[in-house]
Amino acid sequence: MTQVFVRYRLGGLGLVMVAAVVVVAFLAPWLAPYDPYATITGSSADIMASPSRGHLLGQDDSGKDVLSSVIYGSRISLTVGFAASFIVVVLGATVGMLSGYAGGRVDMVLMRITDAFLVVPRLPLMLVVITVAGRGLANIILVIGLLSWTYMARVVRSQVLTVKERQFILRAKALGVSPARIMTRHILPQVVPVIFAEATLDVSYAILSEATLSFLGLGDPMLISWGSILNRAFLRGAVMREAWWYLIPPGVALAWTTLGLTFLGIALQEMINPRLKTHHLFDEGKTVAIKRLKTRTPILGEAPRF
Amino acid sequence: MALLDVRGLTVEYHTPAGDLRAVEDLSFSLEERETLGIVGESGCGKSTAMLALMRILPEEGRVVAGEIALEGADLLQLSPADMRTRRWRGISMVFQGAMNALNPVRTIESQIAEALRLHETVAGSEVKAEVGRLLDLVGIAPSRGPQYPHQYSGGMRQRAMIAMALACRPLVVIADEPTTALDVMIQAQILDLLQQLQQDMGLSIILVTHDLGVVAELSDRVLVMYGGRLAEYGDVDTVYNQALHPYTQRLLGAFPDIENPRAPLVSIPGCPPPLDALPPGCRFEPRCHLSLKACSREVPPLCELAAGHIVSCHMVKAHDR
Repeated sequence: MTQVFVRYRLGGLGLVMVAAVVVVAFLAPWLAPYDPYATITGSSADIMASPSRGHLLGQDDSGKDVLSSVIYGSRISLTVGFAASFIVVVLGATVGMLSGYAGGRVDMVLMRITDAFLVVPRLPLMLVVITVAGRGLANIILVIGLLSWTYMARVVRSQVLTVKERQFILRAKALGVSPARIMTRHILPQVVPVIFAEATLDVSYAILSEATLSFLGLGDPMLISWGSILNRAFLRGAVMREAWWYLIPPGVALAWTTLGLTFLGIALQEMINPRLKTHHLFDEGKTVAIKRLKTRTPILGEAPRF
Repeated sequence: MALLDVRGLTVEYHTPAGDLRAVEDLSFSLEERETLGIVGESGCGKSTAMLALMRILPEEGRVVAGEIALEGADLLQLSPADMRTRRWRGISMVFQGAMNALNPVRTIESQIAEALRLHETVAGSEVKAEVGRLLDLVGIAPSRGPQYPHQYSGGMRQRAMIAMALACRPLVVIADEPTTALDVMIQAQILDLLQQLQQDMGLSIILVTHDLGVVAELSDRVLVMYGGRLAEYGDVDTVYNQALHPYTQRLLGAFPDIENPRAPLVSIPGCPPPLDALPPGCRFEPRCHLSLKACSREVPPLCELAAGHIVSCHMVKAHDR
């Protein structure tokens, strides 16, 4: 397994990038030099101070350490990312499997519902809903999750449609296995890889969505996330003060995380669908073997290896 | 009363392009410890009829008429839940091409165990032992149970499928082209195995195949199907030696003669009728060398000649008079 992954260098890189963020989020209390949630007493000289030895990424508009904020911000972003993604997986995979396996009217009804969700642009709808429902971490997670599950549903449904035609499903039916058990024990294992690949991309979209909502001032006011840091930076005139240490790090952190997740998602999708790769004759390893064959003197009785 | 009694089975596929009648008015019976061979060309409806027997037709398939009486009870009248309990215990099936019929990501052991656990034929703690016993029965070392289908050879997979089909001691076993995907040596092994299991366990088998040799080897009675209808039905000796239906005669004639290996191969010109353009009268009439005028107009009725020998042919009826 690991060999295959390393071959997909993009996937390996993605994995490392995401792992780095996860580690940082976990070890935040130990990695961050200061606690960004603690109250600060300082002087006016601390406001948007540029990087110094005590503050590697400088200070923000209230004198807090930017580095610590960014480190702690990873926790919120990842929490929202994975929690929303969890909702997406549970809801989307369930609907997709039911729809794909049941077919007929159930399929039609469920797909029309997902179509309704797909037609509406996600971000504007999220903005509206949050404004109405109120700010708060739980709300954000729910809103992102409930508006993103439809993509998963579609992808899972198409996988189920191909799997359910396979003969071992017919055999399971002939055995007398109930539809529920066929879905969980026979179809689900074939669908899991697809769920994984899609979920990875969903996590990245969730993180970006949260950052956007926070940036627009609709995030949880009590929590620090990368988006909220950027929100305050812009509102307090960091651009005018040319405080690059305040503006760039959260953006870089976001880009790093979503890029890592995207690399991971692409690699997973390629692993699942080998046909996405180019023809096998262009594969490095195989070409080397053929070259070697030409220079070897053939030994009688030995079968050629390609 | 026969163990399995099928009367007037008619199966259609309801597609957007129209209703296609794949099986029409099929009737046969199966006694205990008997082997019935169902022969016919590809597309003659034999597999469809078998799927209908177990009520596992694809979405578009519908049984539009008929009765399937297993031990007297009509399977077509059962609710889906009741039918699920009858499957595998009443009738089980050995599928063609075992590689496709086995779940590639689960061990052979767990798949056989699934049948046992589902129908609770064995106590939970006994399942593993029973699986080992079943594998041994079909000639697979029980220690190979935890392996996956791709680690088995073709013949072994088919034997694993047979073990699975016998797991719940079914009344009837349907073997749908059990040897088609295998080479001749393995074919012989599988057939021997089926024969031996039938003797030891008193099985009733329906053997579906297009290979007349296999039928001759294993069956007591044979049913020849063409175009979804019954052409000839009787015990093997009678049908093979005194075939009355022109199709059966041509089919048997197409078999290469071992005593005359240099003789040119004979085949039946033409091809089976497409389901959306079935001939209005006898299905075989377009390819028949003996057709009467009535053949293209009326569907020939089923005539019972000597006890248990049924033929569907106008020629035979005419002769009878």
